[in-house]
Parts: sequence; C-alpha cells; structure tokens
Amino acid sequence: MGYPTQFKYSKDHEWIDVKGAVATVGITDYAQHELGDVVFVELPKVGAKVTTGKTFGSVESVKAVSEIYAPASGEVTEANGALVQKPEVINTDPHTAGWLIKIKLANPAEVGALMDAAAYEAFIAEKQKEASA
Amino acid sequence: MDSGNSPANSGLRKTALNALHKRLGAKMVNFGGWDMPVEYPCSGNLMCEHRAVRGGVGVFDVSHMGDIRIHGAKKAGGALAAVQHLTMNDASKLAIGQAQYSAMLYPNGTFVDDVIVHRLGEDDYLLVINAGTREKDISWVRENTKGMDCQVEDLSDAYTQLAIQGPRAAEVLQKLTDAKLETIKNYWFTHGTVCGLPNTLIARTGYTGEDGFEIYVPSDVVTSERVWNEVFAAGKEFGIVACGLGARNTLRLESKMALYEHEISDKINVWEAGLDRYCHLEKGEFIGREALVRLKAEGLRRALVGLEMVERGIARDGYRCLDESGNEIGVVTSGSPSPTLGKNIALAYVPPAMTGLGTAVFVEIRGQKVKAVVVGTPFYKRVRTPRAQPGMAVPR
Repeated sequence: MGYPTQFKYSKDHEWIDVKGAVATVGITDYAQHELGDVVFVELPKVGAKVTTGKTFGSVESVKAVSEIYAPASGEVTEANGALVQKPEVINTDPHTAGWLIKIKLANPAEVGALMDAAAYEAFIAEKQKEASA
Repeated sequence: MDSGNSPANSGLRKTALNALHKRLGAKMVNFGGWDMPVEYPCSGNLMCEHRAVRGGVGVFDVSHMGDIRIHGAKKAGGALAAVQHLTMNDASKLAIGQAQYSAMLYPNGTFVDDVIVHRLGEDDYLLVINAGTREKDISWVRENTKGMDCQVEDLSDAYTQLAIQGPRAAEVLQKLTDAKLETIKNYWFTHGTVCGLPNTLIARTGYTGEDGFEIYVPSDVVTSERVWNEVFAAGKEFGIVACGLGARNTLRLESKMALYEHEISDKINVWEAGLDRYCHLEKGEFIGREALVRLKAEGLRRALVGLEMVERGIARDGYRCLDESGNEIGVVTSGSPSPTLGKNIALAYVPPAMTGLGTAVFVEIRGQKVKAVVVGTPFYKRVRTPRAQPGMAVPR
C-alpha cells in the first residue's frame, strides 16, 4: 500500500488530509500493521477540541492499546461511527474508509510542519531498519 | 499513535527457532528478556492463531521456558523429599509418567513461580518453570536444597520445547511418533521416538485449555528446525498454524490459567489466587506452609474473579477496579478481548464481598468508569469427547 501524496504525516503515524479549513485524520498503514487486528476504537464526540500532539482517542488491538495523537489542532466535526461495529476497517483501509475524525482546523498553517509522503516513507524505512538490527 | 517499543534486540535471548520465526515473518517482542514471536502474519495473526488452536491445531515455540531436574539421591526418596520441600502440591501422589501443576512459595506463602512437576522415574523429577523466572527459580532450588540428598540439574538450554495444541494435536503428533498417544491421559507423559529422535519426552500438557502435547527435543538449531518442519508437514491437512505469545495469552486467559506477575506473584498468596486445590497442607512441611496456615485462619482480604465487560471497553492488565462510587477496590491482573467468546474479559482481584456472580465491578479505562460483572471461570471450557477405543465409533 502506498502513502497518498496529498496527505501529510506525523511521527506518531497519523495522516491528515487537508481540504481548505477542514481535515480528515487517520492512522497509517504502518501503524495498523504494527498494531495487528483492531478490535476497538475510541473517538471523541463532535464538538470536542483536539490539540496538536495531545491524544484524542485510542485504537486497540487484542494485545495493545494505542493512543492516537492529534497531528493538528481543531474542533471535531465528524467521527467515523462505522468503526464501532467494524473496527477492522482500519486494518483493511487505513487511508480511506478507516478514517477516524474530521476536524475544522484551528490553524491550517500548522500542517506544513508535518512530513510529506516521501519523508514519511523514509522515516518508517529507518524504523524498520532499527527494528531488525 | 504510539509506535510501541522497538528496542534494539541484540541483548535479548533467543531460542533455537529464532531465525526460523523471523524467516516466517513473525512479529517479534521482548518477553521476559527473550526475543519471541508474538504473532505470525502468515498465520493470519492472533485471532486466526487463537481460533486454529480452539478448532484445529497450532504450534508454539515455548523453548524459553526452563527445566530443572532433581534426582541423583544417594538414598531412595531424597529427590522426592527435595521436591516436597520446595513445592506446595503433593508430589508423593505422582506415579512415574504423571505430572502435576504446583508452585514454589516464599516463606510468607506468596509465589516464587508456578511449575509443572513431572515424575520421570523412581526418585527423579523434572520441574518445568517460566521463562521470566528461570534464573530466580534455579537459584531458589539450589539454595533451598543445600544439604539435602539430591542433585539439581539446570536443563533449560538443553531442550527446544514445542507445544502442539488443539483438538487435532494428537492426530498430528501421532504421525511423528511410535508412542501410543491415546494411552496418555491429560497431565501424563511418556518417552518415545519423535521425528526419529529416541527417548523424547512427550507430555499431555499445555497452557491453552485444549487437548495438546508438549515435546522436548534437543536444542540445536538443525534438529529444532527439522522437528518444527516435520510437525508442520504432519499438520498441514489439519490447517496447522504457527502461534505466538499473543494467542498464547488469549487462550490461557479464556481458560483462567495464571500468568506469573499477573494472577500470581511474590505479593499474592495461594488462597487469594484461588489455587487451593493444588496446595496440600496435609502432606507435611514445605516452604510457605506455616504462613498459609496462618493466612487461612485470618481469612481472605481479596480474591481472584473473572470479569466480563458489559459497557463498551476493554479492561487490561493493571487497570484499577472501582465500586459504583468510584472508590478503588481492586485491580485487573489480565484483560483482553476473548476471541472465542466475542466479549471483553478480565481476571481481577476484588474484595471477598464482591466475588458473587453478577456483582457489578467498574474498571477505570483512561479515566472513565466502565461497568463489568463478575462471571464464573474458566470463561471457556473445552468439550471433552471420550477417547476412542478400538472398535468404537466416535462421531466427529
């Protein structure tokens, strides 16, 4: 699975897809692979505020809980309710149907500081090298 | 999100099958200082591995576990005396070829480790111990048998131990051995030729709650890989899969089997852990007996119960248990989704007053109070079908 070039990526393996002042957030293919089969997702309510670098929810596999960190600040406009019944969609479609939340960005310029697809792919290649050392 | 720990694993111990697991593409994890497979994408990962064991057959590399042999007494009964002194169950009840679940205790009645004691011979015993407590256990055994009439041998590195588990496990292993597996009852063992290796220990033991066997073969890489591959070839028609520590944990949790540092530890005593049936005070002296007698008289301050989440959430190891008002009343020792039950389950220590089935216990999950109820354990019990006798028609 490739990393969409229109997304930006955080070091915590979230992706953000910005369209004007609104953005969609999810976790990357690398993240879902590390996690294993997702069995449970906890997402914020509509209207909740998220802050860059702070956790806004969690994604759980059978064996682990992973906090999800906001790649940008804003207000939640939508949470992906389909994931309550079918959390496994995060594994099969992490970059599309497995989106987590949509937010109204507080500061769209923030996103510029995140990695582009090429930088993210280099970042995870480095991680994979470290892991097999 | 958290990327999890990926420490440089050069300092970790490796079993003989480590390279094989990596060739299979296993996801590896540090377990008690060992570089072990947690799940295999080629098996379909944890859920698939778990289901394979419940419905068919799976194989685990459990070579990280340890083995201590107690034997070589000058006078008959010396080894038994040592085992009786060290452990809480009554080893004098074992026939040759029989094993028992037991534990080594501290003088205060808490756990050094849990252990399976096998009677290998007249006065010859094998203790199979946990990976994370290997060194501690061996030191403990040596220290506490000083001056006793026996020899203590650490055989931990001598064996590759494979656990073949599931309803089809016997069919798989029977293809590889001359031992008549249908004559080995649960918690009994024999020695036979396995994959051409003579005098191999074959035990009908396991940590999954299913029927299964553990085999102990020489730990050189060539032999270990050959045996693993032969087990796989034999199991192919039954859909055998490689299983890691992730599935090992969900399987044992459903079957309410204790994990050291969780349900049992050096801070938990035998009565709290609910392991009374494996503790034979009447057998005579053993380390911890005095404290246990006193603790029994004092009564329980907490007890281990099974929990089932009723509100949405997964209770996990170490999460606090609360009452309705939010007061802390206990702790989750192990918790996870249950692949077999499709529910989120946990084991937890709670006050004796809250151990009744159906009692509401709240679990603190990331600052929220989430409701669970006390349920009976084990959460899952396998259906035992009668073992086939010659001439008997057994329905599948």
